[in-house]
Amino acid sequence: MSGPGPGGARTAYRKIWDAHRVAGDPESRALLFVDLHLVHEVTSPQAFERLRQAGRTVRRPDLTLAVMDHTVPTGERGQPLQDPVAAEQLRQLEGNCEEQGITLFDLRHRRQGIVHVVGPELGLTQPGMTIVCGDSHTSTHGAFGALAFGIGTSEVEQVLATQCLWQAPAPTLEIRVEGGLPLGVTAKDVALAIIGEVGVAGALGSVVEYTGSTIRGLSMEGRLTVCNMTIEAGARAGLISPDQTTLSYLEGRPACPRGRDFEAAAETWLALASDEGASFDRSLRIAAERLAPHVTWGTNPAMVAEVTGRIPRLSELPGEAEREAAARALSYMGLEEGTAIEDIAVDRVFIGSCTNGRLEDLRAAAAVVAGERVHPRVRAMVVPGSQTVKRAAESEGLDEIFRRAGFEWRESGCSMCLGMNPDVLASGERCASTSNRNFEGRQGAGGRTHLVSPPMAAAAALHGHFVDVRQLTLAELPGAR
Amino acid sequence: MEGVRRFEGLCAALPRRDVDTDQIIPKQFLKRTGREGYGDACFFDWRYLPDGRPRPEFELNDPAYRGASILVSGANFGCGSSREHAVWALRGMGFRAVVAASFGDIFRANSLQNGLLPVQLSEVQADAIAARSVERRGYRLLIDLEAQTVSDRDGEICGFAIDPFWKECLTLGRDPLELALDHAADISSHELRRAAWLPRCSELAGLT
Ligand code: SF4
Repeated sequence: MSGPGPGGARTAYRKIWDAHRVAGDPESRALLFVDLHLVHEVTSPQAFERLRQAGRTVRRPDLTLAVMDHTVPTGERGQPLQDPVAAEQLRQLEGNCEEQGITLFDLRHRRQGIVHVVGPELGLTQPGMTIVCGDSHTSTHGAFGALAFGIGTSEVEQVLATQCLWQAPAPTLEIRVEGGLPLGVTAKDVALAIIGEVGVAGALGSVVEYTGSTIRGLSMEGRLTVCNMTIEAGARAGLISPDQTTLSYLEGRPACPRGRDFEAAAETWLALASDEGASFDRSLRIAAERLAPHVTWGTNPAMVAEVTGRIPRLSELPGEAEREAAARALSYMGLEEGTAIEDIAVDRVFIGSCTNGRLEDLRAAAAVVAGERVHPRVRAMVVPGSQTVKRAAESEGLDEIFRRAGFEWRESGCSMCLGMNPDVLASGERCASTSNRNFEGRQGAGGRTHLVSPPMAAAAALHGHFVDVRQLTLAELPGAR
Repeated sequence: MEGVRRFEGLCAALPRRDVDTDQIIPKQFLKRTGREGYGDACFFDWRYLPDGRPRPEFELNDPAYRGASILVSGANFGCGSSREHAVWALRGMGFRAVVAASFGDIFRANSLQNGLLPVQLSEVQADAIAARSVERRGYRLLIDLEAQTVSDRDGEICGFAIDPFWKECLTLGRDPLELALDHAADISSHELRRAAWLPRCSELAGLT
């Protein structure tokens, strides 16, 4: 973290850091207070167990929210889980929350959903807050100008017990994205283009702040997508300074202050934005006008190409390590170097996850799907990010559009983003997915994942292979009115 | 937390970059609710054939690495998911340290919490140690956390950096959670300063 710039100008990160430091050295290691602790079934049982063994209790159950999302089946709710190990994990979460007085959104709750979708839509994620969760994609919440990052189970235990966490200041990286996004190019493509440029370790350990006219022009949903993917460049957190878009999104949400309190809060929130002249340790510029829809071809999110491009030839890659990694990835993916992206056929399509499972994402995909049919070889599913998203989409008739085209319309959860529930790829199956990780086996052992935006996934479902959404009729394109 | 000062062990090389925690411990093992018993599942899909026999081509299946306690790998080791199970699995497989040019941020924190030492060296040094681990059978390293040095039988190879906070926790066996509890009064006074309108999850319990 760089110190204050000229005239005491501070970054939003620095301001949040200063406002949450409970003890410790401001420049080396500080104890930070946590405003919101999100908990889910997979990374919490061992933390609660240790807490209990040490005879401790949760310090601030009122600042802790638990949801069931990672392992939940997305078929009809109310059925017993087929997987006894997963069922036991859910039971433990229920028991732990009951014992400690923590609010839990279980499978029957009307607000159940993926933890990173639920927080923002409730207005629980607010600017200037510190937010942690035993999940790497906690960076998502940074879209509101919060300092939000993933932690491991031992740290979950620490936050349960103390509501605080030891943190060393991180280096800062400004990623400035300027210019208008071309039609058919989404926030997901911005994120993939950035990772393609900086690499999966390009922001390692840093706190990234996204700035520039493109970012300002994004909706909250788009900003959430960009901040969500920040972790894929190795960053600790990503954030966007709060502005009018942030305030308009928050006003009236269940967990947000109302009336005079909202005005007071709004004033504090706007003052959190990075000051003019605040300095970052590093800066990077991306021109949005030149961006195209992106498709990953390998086994990490930086192995990515434009839809009209090709998989690189190994000889074009800069170093030995890169060539080896690409060769290994292509062998896993069952692909040849130099193949045109549009020639890659898919078996499955997954639209959902905390990256692209919000209403705007489903609308963008539905616009492409409307009146068309899923390719006969393809099995396609839509998994809304939360029950709230699902109900909103249904009230607009999006479910009908998807169903009529041959998509499965499912209940909310992480689903095929990581395949801890029954939604998995079979070995060798190839999937166009709107999720965030294309690691080996992520969606099922031997499964092959290509990361894309929601309209690109929708188009791949209809055609049975990747196609450039910009070729579709104008009216179908996201952003077109 | 147990104290670690220096230890010596056999090195096993896994010379690839960006080894992600999905590979270290695949998701099907994350449904368990304990901290033990993940060692056999470590690197599951790389390590075993579908019928359960070891994959002969996987580096860590080399019998020469049996009993290894130091893993040497490429840059950005442990990237991806926050699953602490990855560290439990590596510990379960017998590793006490990982040597690499860089580490995933959350993985590093999880390692330190569990006494798995992330030894960060320059890319050149990490590659050289990986090469020696492959070429010389039985190659061993001595890792001295107090002196912050890495040596082999030919002498000191290089120093390494470590966060002073963690060095203290690891060498003295201090628990960061207990160190935080020592600040209970500071935490309480911070709580009194917080704005009244900040959200409380308890108020959402009855939300429909
Ligand atoms: S949707 Fe995927 S990335 Fe998001 S929280 Fe769930 S498993 Fe993690």
